[in-house]
Amino acid sequence: MWEYTDKVKDHFLNPRNAGVIEDADAVGEVGSLACGDALKLYLKINDEGVIEDARFQTFGCASAIASSSILTELIKGKTVEEARKLTNKDIANDLGGLPKEKMHCSVMGQEALEAALKNYAGEAPPEAEVEGELVCKCFGVGDVTIRRAIRENNLKTVEDVTNYTKAGGGCGDCAERIEEILAEELGMAPPIKAEARKKLTNIQRMQLVSKIIDEEIRPSLKKDRGDIELIDIEGHTVLVSLRGACVGCPASHVTLTEFVEKRLQETVEPEIRVREVSA
Amino acid sequence: MKPIYLDNNATSMTAPEVIEEMLPYFGEYYGNPSSMHSFGGKVGAKITQARERVAAALGCEPREIIFTSCGTEGDNTAIHSALESQPDKRHFVTTRVEHPAVLNVAGRLEEKGYDVTYLGVDAKGRLDLDELRASLRKDTALVSIMYANNESGVIFPLPEIAQIVKERGVLLHTDAVQAVGKVPLDLKKLPVDFLVLSGHKLHAPKGVGALFARKGMRFRPFMLGGHQERGRRAGTENTAGVIALGKAVDMAVANLVEENTRVRALRDRLETGIIETIPHAIINGDVENRLPNTSSIAFKYVEGEAILLLLDQFGVCASSGSACTSGSLEPSHVLRAMGVPFTFAHGSIRFSLSRYTTDEEVDVVLREMPGVIERLRQMSPFSDKNEEKPACGC
Repeated sequence: MWEYTDKVKDHFLNPRNAGVIEDADAVGEVGSLACGDALKLYLKINDEGVIEDARFQTFGCASAIASSSILTELIKGKTVEEARKLTNKDIANDLGGLPKEKMHCSVMGQEALEAALKNYAGEAPPEAEVEGELVCKCFGVGDVTIRRAIRENNLKTVEDVTNYTKAGGGCGDCAERIEEILAEELGMAPPIKAEARKKLTNIQRMQLVSKIIDEEIRPSLKKDRGDIELIDIEGHTVLVSLRGACVGCPASHVTLTEFVEKRLQETVEPEIRVREVSA
Repeated sequence: MKPIYLDNNATSMTAPEVIEEMLPYFGEYYGNPSSMHSFGGKVGAKITQARERVAAALGCEPREIIFTSCGTEGDNTAIHSALESQPDKRHFVTTRVEHPAVLNVAGRLEEKGYDVTYLGVDAKGRLDLDELRASLRKDTALVSIMYANNESGVIFPLPEIAQIVKERGVLLHTDAVQAVGKVPLDLKKLPVDFLVLSGHKLHAPKGVGALFARKGMRFRPFMLGGHQERGRRAGTENTAGVIALGKAVDMAVANLVEENTRVRALRDRLETGIIETIPHAIINGDVENRLPNTSSIAFKYVEGEAILLLLDQFGVCASSGSACTSGSLEPSHVLRAMGVPFTFAHGSIRFSLSRYTTDEEVDVVLREMPGVIERLRQMSPFSDKNEEKPACGC
């Protein structure tokens, strides 16, 4: 059960301005049936540029419907210029807050408004395209949306970005790209890539390999009653000997390449090779 | 408002008779069943009775029953024991629609270097037994296949599955948490090696379950410690819970006929009524081989959580097949494995009845459901006239 505020519940159970404006001056549409939520916003705008009426159609959960409802209340009577300044935060705050996993509902409201205002200005077709670089293929989220959500909501982690924009909530393949965008937006150095790492001296490499084996690999193997001993390091070749239940285990070569070698490649150097020697 | 509780696959009401049976073991009879004195021994005798009751219900011997804390513990223990006792075998077979208590163990096994085969299901949630046959290998340590699915209610053909698996001499575990009390079970005829049940799904309280482990098989305990459960599950028994489980299983067997007649008829009336009065609704899963209490229905153009919260206004408790959280906007793994179209899956609702469900309660759902769906559909930008636009890449 979600912890919704009374205002969210009220706007879900008694939505304001649900419906269609047949002769709308602007229409904004975001989301889709397949995505799990969608919002179509209709605006009636008079000659002075004041939003006289706003209605919505929403497919989605309770907070999606409540966000749409409050959005129409927030923008009615505002000028187009004033409405342009509305952010997803305004929607969420006016509802007394949303659970963080549901913040994307407020973002959907903001995006529909933006799409409608663009439609009004004749900038784009009513169906909003992905802006900028397509980052999340599952939910069709572009970097422009992600960057804005980061800036306006002071987001710090990939999980935050997913909660606000849905990006990364599907297959998760774009998590790395989101991390990079976060780093750029927060003005931090991007995460260090393997090729950018400083070259290790022999001593450094040996110490690092020994540390990873002792602190990560051995405890993990010991859980299966196995063990490993570091015998020697020749350049990038790490010589090891298996112990305990690993000895004679038919899966030991898998353990060596898929676990030990992979882990050392990730943490020490990508050139690392692991070779088993008999003790 | 008394809830109209149609979420019995999630958990069930503890039967009043069960509460009555267990209460004295919280208060007056708090002894440790392992103690030498007669005060503890009295509790021990009730544990023995509970074990006999569960064994009788399943058609096995009392010493083949190990009491656990829940279904998840039973599943973890069965898999752990099967793999630990055959360290040279590194292949595990299961299905894509298992409960997380099995699926997440499988994921961990993969990380540890095990080979895991996940059997798929067809659009009706059925397994392909040829696929199972083909998956078995010389180094297959265990096959773990649930008896009945918690979401779709689809029952897997365990007798045929057992024949295929046992012919190859492979160990077989079944998570029967949803099946016990709803499907007749006889372990004398069904050659599975492990079977798991959970108390709170059959009107016992939460926090107790049982694992059947066939005798004559090597067993490696998951919990180490004292000698309880003949050294197969250490830890002082949840005495009141175990005694409650014995009573609840006894009652479940006595109610098996009612479950398959009256409850089934109620479920059918609910389902047929909904399908007939609400357009664009489909039943998920194989209606021929299904738990008598379960109905999973998908409503197009509306979203599950919104349906649940509107139903909640009428005191109706059900569950949905998708969770609208940013991290998992996708429908459940079961609906995805069945290939239920996303356009339907987001609006999937599961009703699961019990012997406490009444005609009047079903009447309320049948009365309110069309309005709930209609209200949300009127609000939805989609309809049969305005289907879908491929707006996003999903």
